[in-house]
Amino acid sequence: MVMIETKAERMVINLGPHHPSMHGVLRLIVTLDGENVVDCEPVLGYLHRGMEKIAENRTIIQYLPYVTRWDYLATMFTEAITVNAPERLANVSVPRRASYIRMIMLELSRIASHLLWLGTFVADIGAQTPFFYVFREREIIYDLFEAATGMRMMHNYFRIGGVAADLPYGWVDKCEDFCNYLTPKIDEYERLISNNPIFRKRIEGLGTIGQDEAINWGLSGPMLRASGVKWDLRKIDHYELYDELDWEVQWDTSGDCLARYFVRVREMRESAKMILQALKALPGGSYENLEAQRVLAGPKSEWNGPDYQFISKKPSPTFKVPAGEHYVRVEAPKGELGVYLIGEDSVFPWRFKIRPPGFVNLQILPQLVRGMKLADIMAILGSVDIIMGEVDR
Amino acid sequence: MYTGIDLQQALIDVLMGFGLTQGVAKVLWMPLPMLLVFLVASVLALVCTWLERKVSAAAQQRIGPEYMGPFGVLVPLADVGKLIIKQDIIPAKADPILFTLGPVIVFISVFLCYLVIPFGQNLLISDVGTGIFLVIAISSIAPIGLLMSGYSSNNKYALLGGLRAAAQSISYEIPLALAALAIVLMSNGLSTVSIVNQQADYGILSWNVWRQPIGFVIFLISALAECERLPFDLPEAEEELVAGYQTEYTGVKFMLFYGSSYANLLLAGLLVAVLYLGGWELPFPIDRISDWFGISKNTPWWQIITASLGITMTLLKAYLFIFTAILLRWTVPRVRIDQLLDLGWKFLLPIGLVNLLLTAAFKIALPNYFGG
Repeated sequence: MVMIETKAERMVINLGPHHPSMHGVLRLIVTLDGENVVDCEPVLGYLHRGMEKIAENRTIIQYLPYVTRWDYLATMFTEAITVNAPERLANVSVPRRASYIRMIMLELSRIASHLLWLGTFVADIGAQTPFFYVFREREIIYDLFEAATGMRMMHNYFRIGGVAADLPYGWVDKCEDFCNYLTPKIDEYERLISNNPIFRKRIEGLGTIGQDEAINWGLSGPMLRASGVKWDLRKIDHYELYDELDWEVQWDTSGDCLARYFVRVREMRESAKMILQALKALPGGSYENLEAQRVLAGPKSEWNGPDYQFISKKPSPTFKVPAGEHYVRVEAPKGELGVYLIGEDSVFPWRFKIRPPGFVNLQILPQLVRGMKLADIMAILGSVDIIMGEVDR
Repeated sequence: MYTGIDLQQALIDVLMGFGLTQGVAKVLWMPLPMLLVFLVASVLALVCTWLERKVSAAAQQRIGPEYMGPFGVLVPLADVGKLIIKQDIIPAKADPILFTLGPVIVFISVFLCYLVIPFGQNLLISDVGTGIFLVIAISSIAPIGLLMSGYSSNNKYALLGGLRAAAQSISYEIPLALAALAIVLMSNGLSTVSIVNQQADYGILSWNVWRQPIGFVIFLISALAECERLPFDLPEAEEELVAGYQTEYTGVKFMLFYGSSYANLLLAGLLVAVLYLGGWELPFPIDRISDWFGISKNTPWWQIITASLGITMTLLKAYLFIFTAILLRWTVPRVRIDQLLDLGWKFLLPIGLVNLLLTAAFKIALPNYFGG
């Protein structure tokens, strides 16, 4: 008997670099069998700007305004790592107040990054509306950044030994208001998204990464934590003054897209909590308070002491990166953002190797999407949370 | 049967007064209602696009169009103007005939369905005996046009979109037809007018929603899927397929797609109104009112009032559906293709069959309530 056999020819389809759902200029060459993904090959480099090479003939101060273009959605972290690396190589101490300001800024930046991730992730699955809601909150964060740093996205705020300027009048109150306002808003998102049956059905059990797999692929950040590894550099490296705050590492065990969603949402709540604590514990309190104390206590005031400075010493434009090499990392919203710095006692670093979390996390994508449906590519890619500025550098 | 204002006869009489024969006068009359319904449907579809903008804006905490006319009502006109003067591009490697034919087929098949949509007792182009069957039959031609344009665009996204459109339409046509069939069983006729008349006796209580709640839900879901609206807009899923089958289209051809998709939404709304929400009937029987005031049903001014009330009610019910569809579109994510097909074949189809069976059983058991 002759059987009628239906066999569709495989179709090679090109998603990106210009495609409405691609994040930035990632290009995926996808082989499809009907709606099923047979293979997927990411092509990178459309946004390569030679960031590492450029760092080699800039002083740190000169390079600082450029680093926010790596991960332009979590800009504070790129500045933090650029400053932390030479700081630690040169043993520059950071005043407590500056460290607290840094923590507040970093956590605000983390919230901003996760908020935008939430919007794009849900938009990748087809719901456009939450995108507008997250921008409403993100706008407030950027207003706070603008007030403190003068810029909304490319702040250029971190300096070796502290930050560029103290917090302005009233900033602490505004920031506190924002944190109290944010938590109900996150509840609102969760009411809209978390238990939506279509959303759950689309991403539950999708793109599952096992614990060993996550470690072997070198994943970091929420990608790793969602797979059941309780690994957060803020707890492990004890950098800045995160140990003085009371907070928990947010993690999950199922390792699928839903787990990554929950980890990020919970991290937003946790960050809001941390900011509130940091604002209370901020040495010297708000700037208006600090200034009043200084005036009250006169010129020899203890409030002029090293703990209450926003920067330990104004950095010289010819700050020399000492000879030596080391690897410094911070927990960015996307994962472990690191810099391998080699100095040779010159104003320019000899080597400035960036380890972007997005680049490393993206590697696992082809393996995750193989055998899935075409629509799942977008959901999985969304849950990886990449920024092409940082992947291509 | 109907003894009120007869516009057709009136016009024919006037034309015959000019010395035309009755046959010629009738031929001259014929295009008038068609043109009228075509224009009205187009305008109402344009209103849908405006509503889409405004409702989505409200859902997203925006204001939406504001400066083009009061509340931005002229935006759809600007859309049309822009699309008409745009250059018509046919991609070099596309099949020009199929590429042009695709949107035309979709457009015609959608607008042809308005043939049997009643806005009042006599306010329809033609009370065809096969009414609802005709709508279902004609509207299933549209996916052929979609497939045609998807295939002829010579674009992989368009091809996938066209294939998805075909798969989706086929899967949801069946539950849609089954839900409509249950109504047909109850009203003993396929004609849209008889379906509405069967719901006329007790105002809102006699509407089919109460007697066909399962069928109503099935119809709503299938209608959304047929219109390719957001939980089911896979054929044009922006995140996956750029714009699906319409990726390569611009100008007037794109306008045909765009227009027919909103006309289709309006059609679905009107069908929901006719099949389940009592068509042009008010929530209370209007004939009772005329009886109270002792007005004859055939009084011309009373007929004008009832007719305009009927049109208002039909549109109100249709736009209720459209509003829900728009709100849904801006609230929920999109389902995946396999989930879509599962829902159609493994859930709606069996439920639709059970609903049909139940209706038949009730019709035998309780003939008074189920149109025995």
